[in-house]
Order: sequence, then structure tokens, then C-alpha cells
Amino acid sequence: MSKKTNHNTLKTKDLSIGYSKKDTNHIVYNNINLKVSKGSFVALLGKNGIGKSTLLRTLSGVQKPLNGSVFFNDKDVSSTSNSELATQISMVLTERLPESQLTVFELVALGRQPYTNWVDKLSNDDMQKISWALEITETKSLQSKRFYELSDGQLQRVLIARALAQDTDLILLDEPTAHLDMHHTIKIFTLLKSLAEKTNKTILISSHEVNLSIQLADQLILMTDDKIYAGSTKELVSLNAFDQLFSKDLINFNIDLEQFVFQKKN
Amino acid sequence: MIQPIKSYRKSFFGLIILLIVFFLCNISLGSVAIPLDEIFTILVGRNSSKETWDFIILNFRLPKSITAIMVGSGLSISGLLMQTLFRNPLAGPFVLGISSGASLGVAFLILGSSIFGSGLLAYTTSNWVLAIASSTGAFLVLLAVLIAATRVRNTMSILIIGLMFGSLSAAIISVLTYFSQANQIQQYLFWSFGSLGNLSWSEVLVFLLFYLVCLGGCFFIIKPLNSLLLGENYAKSLGISIQKSRNLILLITAILTGVITAFSGPIAFIGLAVPHITKLLFKTSNHKILIPAVACTGGIIMLICDSIAQLPTLEYTLPINAITSLFGAPIVIWLLVRKRKIYV
Repeated sequence: MSKKTNHNTLKTKDLSIGYSKKDTNHIVYNNINLKVSKGSFVALLGKNGIGKSTLLRTLSGVQKPLNGSVFFNDKDVSSTSNSELATQISMVLTERLPESQLTVFELVALGRQPYTNWVDKLSNDDMQKISWALEITETKSLQSKRFYELSDGQLQRVLIARALAQDTDLILLDEPTAHLDMHHTIKIFTLLKSLAEKTNKTILISSHEVNLSIQLADQLILMTDDKIYAGSTKELVSLNAFDQLFSKDLINFNIDLEQFVFQKKN
Repeated sequence: MIQPIKSYRKSFFGLIILLIVFFLCNISLGSVAIPLDEIFTILVGRNSSKETWDFIILNFRLPKSITAIMVGSGLSISGLLMQTLFRNPLAGPFVLGISSGASLGVAFLILGSSIFGSGLLAYTTSNWVLAIASSTGAFLVLLAVLIAATRVRNTMSILIIGLMFGSLSAAIISVLTYFSQANQIQQYLFWSFGSLGNLSWSEVLVFLLFYLVCLGGCFFIIKPLNSLLLGENYAKSLGISIQKSRNLILLITAILTGVITAFSGPIAFIGLAVPHITKLLFKTSNHKILIPAVACTGGIIMLICDSIAQLPTLEYTLPINAITSLFGAPIVIWLLVRKRKIYV
């Protein structure tokens, strides 16, 4: 077991995210200042279209920031090379995988690409990492299946295994529980939480599972219309931050329960 | 523990044996019957009982069989690269406008002579002139497609741009055809049927040089191709430079297909079908397995097609382009109907 440190591993400074088309910038969100400590399980919450995926893409370095910068382990992400970033940040995306014949093992093994030689030969070390990733996500028994034969819950765990095999300090997951039932959603959440604890990796997910995130995440990042709130559940409750998350006509945040509840109209 | 990576050694062994068998079969067929033991004698470097047999084998059939293998495997590899890059099962080696460009070059040479003066026509019998005309045409159209490609971010747009250039070339060829004489049109038509023969050793060697360079290049794109199986975003997060890999994949396909088209004309079907046949047989998407498998299968199928083209009368050779589709299309349909699943 590794000790948890309070070292801030992921930081943003005056970050503006969005898209630039020709000369005009389309800003999705402005002025983001965040600090995420190493080994924590962080949930990024916000309503549809507020820019969660754009933020994740910008944090990962796949998308360039419009302004400001992202620092990972005190290094500016936008000045880090793709191949170096691949050994530091891994991703689980929402997009569907293109059709192919990849087996679960091959899919997880692709996570080792940043470390393999030019013809992609797997070393003993690679095999060990793959094997560990399959075991910890309980997908070892699936390894010779094709990925399209899996259920959504199994596939999600395999994709997490792939990210784990990539052996990075930070794992970003974009709505990893989007298509899952309650049981599998909780399974993924607890898996990620225990991974952050066991491996001291920083795990950041975007999610619509607000109530579950409130219960399980070490830190919450709330993207609201006006500003971004970040902190533990308690800190955010004291700031009344949860009230800003959704418009209040349908759902309300119940402070005693620390949960969002549906507002019945009488 | 389950063996995670299936061993494909047996399958490759089988493919190599088939390749050798059909290579010998291909060499032994032709308008002059030569006994098989005499062929072996010639192939190991000794003289057979008839000098003409030596000459036929060494200067006609051997270069043709080698060309068949290079054309078949080269087109199949190109097709595979395009199918993976565009993630489209309908992509083939010619989606970049190479065959239409080559056709345009040759059309200008053969058909354009009536418009631009008959001086050109005198040269059209030489392979080199045809090769130069088709590669110039292919290169120019390809260049246009690639320049357009650098301006679009979306990989799918390149596919459509390639198709558009294809239509454009076809239109120009139609106009040229309209103003041409019957014998010129016939000559152009014969070129467009494709041919594996007629290449001298010096031409085969130039062909071989380009072919080997491209084959060597394939080693460097195995990794990006495999990561592209997860989609461009995952590939990027694995440290692959999409732009660089895309350009390398396009370059290898362009040179390989360009040189094949220059020497043997626009041979259809192989590049589209062989990757599918191979994927059905091997059931993998790993390019480390697929590239050599596709190359072997392509070579075998091209040898079979060429042997069939020789068979009917033994006096004439049927157009190879007709055989590839006539023989290949039913096989692909049968495979797909039987297996019911298309593997991309």
C-alpha cells in the first residue's frame, strides 16, 4: 500500500476551453482554476453541454487550451510531447470502438503501446502489467473473447483495464457509466475508488451519477453556469454549490440527506 | 493459462506452401507445354533439354509469375491499409485516385494523340512510356488529393475527395474517348484490362525495388495501424501522431499502388476483396498478423487468376481484370453469406 500525499498532481491556471475556428474562438468555459491531489478519486459533475468532455479533452492534452494552461506534475501539458503524455495520462472515452476483431487481451495490450518497441513486441514486463490490469478489473476470464461479445459493463471494465495497462499516474474517464444499470454503475464507481486508493493513481471521471459521486468521490468538481466549484462534499455543501448545479424547478439538493431529490409538484 | 495470442504459425505455413504450389502451377502453364521436371531443372539454374524452354521460362513466365505475386500482394496490402485508415470496408487501394490518375495519364497518351498530334502515338507500344504516362497521371492526381487532404481534418473527407477526383478523371477520359478513333480506343481499352506479362527483367527489377521499399515501410506502421483500431482519439492518447501516421500510410499506399498500376494497369477487385477474404480466414485485426497474411493471400489469388487467364485455349490470355472479378466476386459473396458477419 502506498501512502497518500497531498501533492497537487493536476493543476489548471486561468484555463479557457473551447474550439477555435479560423480566427474566432468559441469559448465553452472560462477561467478554470483547479487543483487535484495525487491518488484521489475525483468526479466532474455538470449538466449536459456545459463542457465536461471538452474539459477532459483539454486536461488530457488531446485538445489545445484557448487560454491559460494545464499542469500535470508541474509540467505544462501543452508543451509535453504526445509520446511522453501517453506514459502519464490515459483515457477511457465515451465513443464506441470501431468494428474490429480485437480480443480483450489485444485491446488491453494496446495500452502498452507507449512502452513497446517499433514492432509492438510485448516484453515480460508488459505481460505482467497486462495480466495485473486484467486481474484487478476481474476481466481475466474474458481475455480471449472479442470485445463486441461483451456486455456494456464488461466492456467498460476492459477499457479501464486498458487504461491501467498504460501505467499512467492520471486516468481520465468520460462518463464511464453512461449505459450501465445501477448495479454495474456502482461496481464501476467502487472499482475506481479502490483503484485510486490501492495504486495512488489519480482518477478523474465525468459523470451524471451525482448522488453516487457525492457519496464516493474524494473530491467533486461542479461545473455550473456561473463558476466552477471544487472540493469535498462538505466544503461544497457549506458553499451551497449544489444548488447551482441544476435549475430548481425539478430537482433540489437536500442538505440533510446530502442527495439530490426529485421535486414533486402538489 | 490460456495462450493469449493465438499461434498463427500453421496457417502461415499453409499459405507459403500454397504460394509455392501455385507459383509452380503458374509457371508450368502457357501456350508451350513444358514438362514439370524440366521446369525444376531450369529454376535451379541448369539447362533443360531444349533451349527455347529455357528462354520461355526465364524470360517470359518467371518474370510474369513474380509480377503476379508482387501485384497481388501489393494491392492487397494497400487495400488493407486503406480499410483500416478509413475504417471503411469498401475502401480499396484506388480510393486515393491513383487508378483514375493513371488511366488519365494513359488516356492522354493514347487517346490524346488525335488531339495533340500523332507524334505521341508512335511511342505507345513501349512499356516504359506507358509506365511513365500512367505514373505521371497517378502522381498528379494523387498530389491533388493529398494537398486537399492536408486541408481537411476529417479522415473521411479524404475518402470522398479521392472519389471526386476519380469522377473528374473519368469525365475527362470520356471526353477524350469521344474525340478518338476506334483503334486508339481499343488500345486504351486493352491497357485498362490490365496485364501481368510483357515485363522485361529490368522492369521487374525496378518494380521489385519499389515493392521492397514499401514492404519495409509497412513495419513502421504496424503500431499506428493497431492503435487506430481503437479510433483516432484513443490512438492519440497512446502517443501516436495521427497526422504523421496518416501521411506515412498514405505515402506507402500511393507508391505501392502507383508502381503496380504503372507496370500492370488498373487491376481491380484484388485490393478490395483479399483483405476481406484474409480477415475471414484469420479472424484477427492485429496488423502484425494481417499484413503478411494479406500479402500471401493476395499473391496466391493473383497467381490463380493469372493461371485461369491462361487456361481456356492456352493460345490466348484472357484479360486479367475480368478474371479477378469473375473468379473473385462469387467467392467473396459465398464467404460472406456463409459466415454472415463482415469483419472490418
